[in-house]
Amino acid sequence: MTTQSNVSYQVMWNRLISVVEEQAQALVRTAFSTSVREAGDLSAGVYDVKGQMLAQAVTGTPGHVNAMADAVAHFIRRIGRQNIFEGDVYITNDPWEGTGHLHDITMVTPSFKNGALVGFFACTAHVVDIGGRGFGADAASVYEEGLYLPIMKFALRGEVDQTLIQIVRGNVREPDQLIGDMYALATCNEIGHRRLIDMMDEFGLDDLEGIAGFILDNSRRATLERINALPKAEASGEMTVDGFDTPITLRVKLSVQDDRIITDFAGTSGVDKKGINCPLVYAKAYACYALKVAIAPEIPNNAASLAPFEVTAPENTIVNAPHPAPVALRHVIGHLIPDTVYDAFDKMLPGIVPAEGAGCLCNFQVSLRPAPGHQGVRSEVLTFNSGGSGARPAHDGLNATAFPSGVMTMPIEATEQVGPVIIWRKELRPDSGGAGQQRGGLGQYMEVGATDGYEFDFQAMFDRVDHPARGRRGGGLGAPTTIAQDDGTAMRGKGKQFVPMGRKVMLGFPGGAGYGDPGTRDPASVKRDLARGYITAQTAAADYGMTAQDIAAVQAAVEAGEDI
Amino acid sequence: MKSQSVRLGVDIGGTFTDVVLETDGASFSTKVLTTYGAPEDAIIDGMHQVCADAGITPAQIGQIIHGTTLATNALIERRGAKTALITTQGFRDVIEMRTESRFEQYDLNLNLPEPLLPRQMRYTVRERMDAKGNVLIPLDRAEVEAVVDRIATAGYTSVAVGLIHSYLNDAHEAMIGDVLAEKLPDVMVSLSSEVSPQMREYERFNTVVANAYIKPLMKSYLGRLQGRLRDEGVACNIFLMHSGGGIISIESAAEFPVRLVESGPAGGAVFAANIAARYGLDKVLSFDMGGTTAKICLIKKQTPKTSRVFEVARTYRFKKGSGMPISIPVIDMVEIGAGGGSLAHVDAMRQIRVGPESAGSEPGPACYGRGGDKPAVTDADLVLGKLDPANFAGGSITLDTHNSEAALASVLGDPLKMDVATSAFGLAEVVDENMANAARVHAVENGEDLSDYTMIAFGGAAPLHAGRLCEKLGVDRLLVPPGAGVGSAIGFLRAPFSFEANRSVYMKLSDFDADAIKTLLTDLQQEATGFVRTCDAESPILSEFKVYMRYTGQGWEIPISLTEDQAMQPDATTFQARFEEDYTKLFGRPVAGMDIEITVWAVNATTPPEQVETVAQVEVPGQARDGAGRTRDLFDPAKAGYVSAAIHQRDQMQTGDLATGPAIITEDETTIIVPSSRNAMRQSDGCIDVKAKR
Repeated sequence: MTTQSNVSYQVMWNRLISVVEEQAQALVRTAFSTSVREAGDLSAGVYDVKGQMLAQAVTGTPGHVNAMADAVAHFIRRIGRQNIFEGDVYITNDPWEGTGHLHDITMVTPSFKNGALVGFFACTAHVVDIGGRGFGADAASVYEEGLYLPIMKFALRGEVDQTLIQIVRGNVREPDQLIGDMYALATCNEIGHRRLIDMMDEFGLDDLEGIAGFILDNSRRATLERINALPKAEASGEMTVDGFDTPITLRVKLSVQDDRIITDFAGTSGVDKKGINCPLVYAKAYACYALKVAIAPEIPNNAASLAPFEVTAPENTIVNAPHPAPVALRHVIGHLIPDTVYDAFDKMLPGIVPAEGAGCLCNFQVSLRPAPGHQGVRSEVLTFNSGGSGARPAHDGLNATAFPSGVMTMPIEATEQVGPVIIWRKELRPDSGGAGQQRGGLGQYMEVGATDGYEFDFQAMFDRVDHPARGRRGGGLGAPTTIAQDDGTAMRGKGKQFVPMGRKVMLGFPGGAGYGDPGTRDPASVKRDLARGYITAQTAAADYGMTAQDIAAVQAAVEAGEDI
Repeated sequence: MKSQSVRLGVDIGGTFTDVVLETDGASFSTKVLTTYGAPEDAIIDGMHQVCADAGITPAQIGQIIHGTTLATNALIERRGAKTALITTQGFRDVIEMRTESRFEQYDLNLNLPEPLLPRQMRYTVRERMDAKGNVLIPLDRAEVEAVVDRIATAGYTSVAVGLIHSYLNDAHEAMIGDVLAEKLPDVMVSLSSEVSPQMREYERFNTVVANAYIKPLMKSYLGRLQGRLRDEGVACNIFLMHSGGGIISIESAAEFPVRLVESGPAGGAVFAANIAARYGLDKVLSFDMGGTTAKICLIKKQTPKTSRVFEVARTYRFKKGSGMPISIPVIDMVEIGAGGGSLAHVDAMRQIRVGPESAGSEPGPACYGRGGDKPAVTDADLVLGKLDPANFAGGSITLDTHNSEAALASVLGDPLKMDVATSAFGLAEVVDENMANAARVHAVENGEDLSDYTMIAFGGAAPLHAGRLCEKLGVDRLLVPPGAGVGSAIGFLRAPFSFEANRSVYMKLSDFDADAIKTLLTDLQQEATGFVRTCDAESPILSEFKVYMRYTGQGWEIPISLTEDQAMQPDATTFQARFEEDYTKLFGRPVAGMDIEITVWAVNATTPPEQVETVAQVEVPGQARDGAGRTRDLFDPAKAGYVSAAIHQRDQMQTGDLATGPAIITEDETTIIVPSSRNAMRQSDGCIDVKAKR
């Protein structure tokens, strides 16, 4: 009989993963927030009655990996088991007990079968606006960053709390969209719940204990097998990045033990005055993602597969910023954590992880308004863009592709429908990939202006202006971020900056760093890069030692339409 | 003399070319190995076979309808023409930068698929339209001529043109087209504003590049085919099946070959839709399972669901995002890597995984005895008693059960400490669950509940798995039509002439412009109707109107069908009501207070669907057959054990004959498994009707 139930459990595990994926897809389709629908900045999961995560949707970004795993336990503690009723839906945007900033709303729904609590569904989405100063790094504390919703009931026994709705409506810029998103989150949990009950009926289950044990035991064992295969060692790494006004150093020590890997951030810079701080839960998510993708990529995320990845950081460091530190742009530091972790990891286990890359997404928001003396409407346009990823031990870095984030860019034809913004250029940035045996991924150029009659504020959220990606094993630096107006007016990598009518912002997003000595790069790859214009003739000669004769031959072949 | 009632359907697939000939009331079919070097050879060969069977000459054929995977294969195998792209300055890398994301987040060594054209084959010109279609930077003809001169020097045979916002204003693309026609009359040209006038530059540019890339190949193939058929005495017109489930002229197909990409699967969906019509079924799930993949499609009111974009040539475990997007009208299908040849293994979590890796035909599943040592779905099916080792594929291959057992034991049984039967059961359950999950997700995405659907199963492996799939999905009725092995080719003969024209134009309901809408839809209707008229000079042509709408701020449009009145006398209130109705069906509730916008407009012109004869359905089965005493042990997954199942030969079942589950119904092409929970009855048209026991 045990083997029979083993087959059933296999099927049920598959089913639960499919259920949370459905939950996530429903959210992608109904959410109003650009970051959810275009960028996949969301998460969905199913939990047992103890609040242990059993399955999490693959759709979503790593930023929610651990945060989601921890969230439901906070809800159970705050709400109190005796107050959990059928038809309830709970909500929060607590950065420390949710997913890192007020813009992420997490909703949890208890799942009941025949009157008994059998589990929970949770989902998270990045919403359009949460009031306060708006999305940016300019707040001095979390109080300025928007409306705070402590863990509370959104619905009690099926009745939505109208007082809560009124308070939310009164505090945000786009109330209809935000309320729409809140309902979308609740609906997505409801879809998960219905499918779970169907599954339990089909298999004749009254509770999830058996399947939970099966999932968690197998995941724990598989994860520990991977950890046990690593050398028992310690290694340290560090990386310095731009920060807001002053550079920030991230320091990390990895220690591999029998049953866990501890990542400790002692020695990391302190809390910043501006909103680029991370609650620990968010830093933990990216540290954990970095390790998991390197050593146990195919093991699904759940309570047991994540538990062996322990993350600690002294309080009051930028990766463990306590309340009420400002945290709105916590993604900037969060996205740079994997490169820091890899600096240590590579010393322990060379040949697996990539060189440093652009890391942080190259996002910006444009707030357009009619220039004085002109007519028109105001609008806000947020875009997601990526620099190059770091070269890998056996492959070049990826051109203009997000890592570690999982987001997608928006088509510029869609962006230009949102407001009077004009994207004049969005294409690869030659010579931006760090030289190496494997070349870093290329960054990209963008040029951003407005329709005639408009001026705008440009909210920059870029790093790697002064601290480009560093190569590994002799690989060269990736190109740094550049930003200026088309008349040469200088601009900063972070913060809100005014751009007058008729001016354009000229952006160069960073490239990934190289891996290995460029002198050992396969000459055929250098020729191909030159033919495609990934590198210029100067770089081919200077970094890779290509002769003038070979360069001329490649250029002639391109003119003749030959593929190289 | 040629006769309109003699029609030939031809489907070129990856392995076989299927040919079906229908004369008044009779049908003849054959399967010929696909001849890659000259695909027309297999067609000629197959045509002669069926003509001989029917006792006619090729000259008597009244119409030929053809579908092919050649276009798809050319894209997958990168065997297209030497092609250049001309695009807007600043956007040279759109087809290479894709969505700037990784379709698999947990793979540090992930590589993204290369674009069809490397960077040096992408040229730019200085020009720009804005998001309303106004000219921001005019295009200088002299600059175009200079670029065209470079293209001439480089010797390209095909050129794609894709400019930013050209779906709103095609003037600049048209100018480039003119210069190319003038200076390089022999080079083939594809304009994005003609091939796929939809917003979203990555999809549109990729689509026009794909079209240009396969155009010379397809044009030459279609020309050769036409010549060969004439030489063989064929006097009739040849038409092509397109991805949207209709047929177009050979000239239109040569101009827009990218529209042929999903023609085979589209034929399968049309085949299922036709059976749905004959049975008067409004809600049908078609399930087509072959050697490497399974395809699932929703068919409502006898019309397969269509979409405006799909992905071709997936490079990474059939994963979404790992292929290239093609924005053309297409029948909406889910395709997953689950077929008879899909291989199983045990992963780090001690979970059985099945597919998408496939044993193919060489070495094939372990039971073929050709050296395969990994268990495939077919091996599990054999061990579970679903297949007769002596009678597989009409007896052409003898299956070796011992090989299957050995493969199952070594790959699954040993590591999981399961016996062979349980290993086979586990493998089959996992692949069935994968397909059931795909069907469930597809249904949820379309706001449908499958419990009131009927499944129609075809393709070699589908009838083996359809019964269990129905149990998992709560579907009560399953139809297995005759001729399931050549379903797509039969489907071609049931398809109407049709062409869908669409265009992206943004309009908010708060900014509703009825006159502009009327003009736009009239243009689209004329365009679509024009294509259909070239195929059929007399039939009435119906127009179907569809708009894609969403709340302003959302990124996902939903398709809304409009009646001709609603479309041609447009008013905002009706549009809003129609949108909210469909939105509520999909997502539970409308969102109050939000503006609504329309993004894409589409008109499908089609000849009326073929009048179908309703099947006189037998409701009350006759006597239960006993299978002449032949039985086999069959594993019943719902009971988690072997049961004794009677074996029936399909060709001996008479109308109304009942086979009580558990039962096995055999035929040359496949085997139908009837689980213990179901009974099967032969209908008057030869369909096997499998229903849940009451």
